[in-house]
Amino acid sequence: MADKPKLVKCLVWDLDNTLWRGTILEDGEVEFPEEIRDVIIALDSRGILQSIASKNDYDLAWEKLEKLGVAEYFVHPAIGWGRKSDSVKDIADKLQFALTTIAFIDDQPTERAEVNYSHPEVRCYPAEDALKLTGLPEFTPEFVTEDSRRRREMYQAGFRRDAEKETFNGPDEDFLRSLELVMAVKRADEVDLTRVEELTLRTSQMNATGVHYSDATLRALLSDPDNEVITVTLADRFGPHGAVGVLLLEYHDALWHLKLLATSCRVVTFGAGSVLLNWLVDEAAQAGAHLVADFRPTDRNRMMDIAYRFAGFTEEPCDCLADLPALAEADRDVKRLHLVADRRPGATTMTVTAPALAADRAVRAGARA
Amino acid sequence: MTAEQTELTAGEIEKGLRGHLDSVLNTAVEPDQDLFKSGLVSSMFAMQLVVHLEETYDIAIIGADLKLDSFRTVQAMTELVLRLRAAAAGADA
Ligand SMILES: [Zn+2]
Repeated sequence: MADKPKLVKCLVWDLDNTLWRGTILEDGEVEFPEEIRDVIIALDSRGILQSIASKNDYDLAWEKLEKLGVAEYFVHPAIGWGRKSDSVKDIADKLQFALTTIAFIDDQPTERAEVNYSHPEVRCYPAEDALKLTGLPEFTPEFVTEDSRRRREMYQAGFRRDAEKETFNGPDEDFLRSLELVMAVKRADEVDLTRVEELTLRTSQMNATGVHYSDATLRALLSDPDNEVITVTLADRFGPHGAVGVLLLEYHDALWHLKLLATSCRVVTFGAGSVLLNWLVDEAAQAGAHLVADFRPTDRNRMMDIAYRFAGFTEEPCDCLADLPALAEADRDVKRLHLVADRRPGATTMTVTAPALAADRAVRAGARA
Repeated sequence: MTAEQTELTAGEIEKGLRGHLDSVLNTAVEPDQDLFKSGLVSSMFAMQLVVHLEETYDIAIIGADLKLDSFRTVQAMTELVLRLRAAAAGADA
């Protein structure tokens, strides 16, 4: 059996006689089939981005898209008189997507050939296939999470954020504050787990242990009172960043063991890792516990190493480490970074909402006694 | 041991660092000014400083040297750079 085809991450539409029927510059009016609108909305909800490569008058075409109520679905539209192979490449570059994940749909065989001549890896479809796209495996992702449904919104917020950062001239704390960041830390429920699993897969860059936790393992931890599975989402005034972090924590008598901390590389520049660590250190301090974090250095998670060290974690020995099970032979390169937790002031660059781990734990201990 | 490694003095490193901070922060920084306390620099910017020091002065800052206090002032960073360069030179000799 053939391998499952690579998922399309962005579909680039031609306009005249593809997205709509007619040629807007010649006919003035064009007909927009409702079935095409359905395709656009369906692909968007699956987290597949959409763009435009059309030889047209920009103002006229864009005004038409706005009137039809679909303009918002397109990122980095290329409407002008250049070569479509250049437009498609430019869109892929702006999105930082490989050309192997880009698809192009156009009614003109010559345009499809022109794109494929320069970029044979771009998958091209004739206009008459438009209504079939949603049934094709390359347009059907395995997981559709809350984040995939909002992916386009997150990209668009990202573009606005980048544009603002370029024009902002001042201390970076001030810039961060101007974003009005809100970090929501919460205990994971069953629904969150799919996102957690996706995140531990996607965020190898910022995964502190490099260990992948399966859905089954995580599900078992949810019901264990000595373990916490915690998810982190981030939003700012431009829109949501979605799920950006996951934490696995196990309580011992004298210490809290941070078994996994993974944060998305998208939010590294906001200092999200440091804010999260400071919150956790403060909670552990309230419980009178030491903190031990497993860390496996790789050439990709250096920022995480620095975040731990800057939060005060060291490799110095402590009696509490004897409470932890020995590392498996395969995990010999995992470091156990230790910290005597102390109270920390709240974050100055963002608003944080989070569960009261120490207080909840004290209540539970009281109920047991 | 390379020639350029022996010739960098504390004064030169300090001058280079202040120049770098001036241009990034758009404000003059004193050698003993607490960069974190003054709110000029977030811990995120401190991470970028780690990378800047490593690339500019050809050093590797790892393990116990990666503490926030080492990046608190221009003077502290200068000491760190001098110490790591001397250690690297000693190891090469
Ligand atoms: Zn301890």
